[in-house]
Amino acid sequence: MALLEVNNVTKRFGGLTALDQVSFSVNENEIHGLIGPNGAGKSTMFKNIAGFYSPTTGDILFSGQSITGKSPNRVASLGVVRTFQETTLFQELSVFQNVLVGCHLNARANVFSALLGLANSKNQSAERKTHKVLEFMGLSNRADQLGAELPLGSQRALAIAIALASEPRLLLMDEPFAGMNPEETQHMMDMTRKVRESGVTIVLVEHDMKAVMGLCENITVLNFGTLLAQGTPEEIRHNTKVIEAYLGGGSH
Amino acid sequence: MKNMLAKIIGIAALLAAVAVLPHFLKFYQQDFLIFLIINILVVVSYRLVTLTGEWSLIHAVMMGVGAYTSAMISKFYDISFWVSMPLAGVGAGLIAALLCFPLFRMTQFYFLIGSFAAGEAIRLCWIHFIRPFGGTGGISAIPSPELGSIDFLDPIPYHYLVMVVVTICLFILYRVEKSRIGLTLHAVHWKAPLAESVGVNTWRYRSLAFIIGSFFVGIAGALKVHYLGIVSPNQFGIGFMVFILIWVIVGGYKTFYGAILGAIVLSILDESLRELEELRPALYGAILIAAILYLPNGLESIPSKMREKFATPKEA
Repeated sequence: MALLEVNNVTKRFGGLTALDQVSFSVNENEIHGLIGPNGAGKSTMFKNIAGFYSPTTGDILFSGQSITGKSPNRVASLGVVRTFQETTLFQELSVFQNVLVGCHLNARANVFSALLGLANSKNQSAERKTHKVLEFMGLSNRADQLGAELPLGSQRALAIAIALASEPRLLLMDEPFAGMNPEETQHMMDMTRKVRESGVTIVLVEHDMKAVMGLCENITVLNFGTLLAQGTPEEIRHNTKVIEAYLGGGSH
Repeated sequence: MKNMLAKIIGIAALLAAVAVLPHFLKFYQQDFLIFLIINILVVVSYRLVTLTGEWSLIHAVMMGVGAYTSAMISKFYDISFWVSMPLAGVGAGLIAALLCFPLFRMTQFYFLIGSFAAGEAIRLCWIHFIRPFGGTGGISAIPSPELGSIDFLDPIPYHYLVMVVVTICLFILYRVEKSRIGLTLHAVHWKAPLAESVGVNTWRYRSLAFIIGSFFVGIAGALKVHYLGIVSPNQFGIGFMVFILIWVIVGGYKTFYGAILGAIVLSILDESLRELEELRPALYGAILIAAILYLPNGLESIPSKMREKFATPKEA
């Protein structure tokens, strides 16, 4: 059974139809690419899955359970966590604190122990988890730096670390390769594979074709809000409709 | 560790100074000092509410809710101040919890206006329902605390009472801000979508900050009216709320001590201008404008500015 099933999702903003009857599914533990030219509806799709938008019609199932129209924090608590485009971090917090916020779901802080200043086993387990995630993402030596002070590659790694701290089953990554040089891209690709090997399923929205083709087992292509094609990187590469959408159409 | 020790010694010295201070003051100055200490609790509890980025205009009224709660319980039911004071916090916290449902459907300016409207509605209830709230005149002859043979009508014992209660409250508020709850409150302020994406219920955390802040300002309200002996609606109007805002803004809201600094400096300033009578509001206003122009980051930014000033020539 597929881990994520998107069934006939339509999203309208007033008169504009951003997504029109889109269906696709993501298998457990794969890296699934979601691509398409600018304005194809990738980000809209993404926000619908993560709970930031609610589909006009259609259904989204995660692990057999409907997550359609649930709020982002509800969706996250079920195991679907997104990262953001560009570098959305808590710039004012240290790297360690950034990841500590991410531990919210699996080691929730207690109000009364905070009020009374008691040491609490949940806080200790959150700190252990934070150390583990930082080490996993290779950020241990930067734990005390401010989020804003990190170089781009590390900021992206930190964004993933925050998401991983909440122990997701499905990680939605929004353009993690944007603006990276080839070296950083290579490093990020290795990281992404490492995250998948730890048992997390990944959906990747990305423009960097080299990264998408190199990483994904399956790819869904959107164009003008509709499903254009679906298949393995090899199939997508030779799909005439896809080639036309990217090269033809006069949009470039 | 050394830093920590210095901090503890500093705070102990400060507390000792505040403890002996009233013995060197005139009667009306002792009064002034008591209200100043209470106002410190008001601004610090307000700070907790603003940590999530939502500035409310209801904090003064929540102080009033605590004040009325404690005044009514102790006067009408003859219950001791030592019970009614914590109940003042509980009362303000409960009202805050109820208000969360309508208020936190809004954010930013809408929340600001909404909180003002809710506060005015509560204040109008106090004015309108003469029984039990006493109308515009409020409730007078509120019993003062009793403990052995200590006379709490005298400013000096009351000064110590206020000092102990406020110190405990500040300590708890400080701990909350430095806890993981406090961290999450900051996170909700800076990047609410990111916090939500890792499962933080932002509504719940905004409510939590509002309830805890209201609890402590309710206690401040009880401390105030059991000293004055009277509680009335106009003590907690928008005028006082504006003072709270000014103290926090001029003091600075980045650090825990900024708001405290603002309340102390501006209150003393205001008090020392008393002799100038009609000129007082104008001068106070001028000083405010100057503070905002030359210290946009608040009084709390002075230490780091000084450091920069003294450090630069050495480097050059």
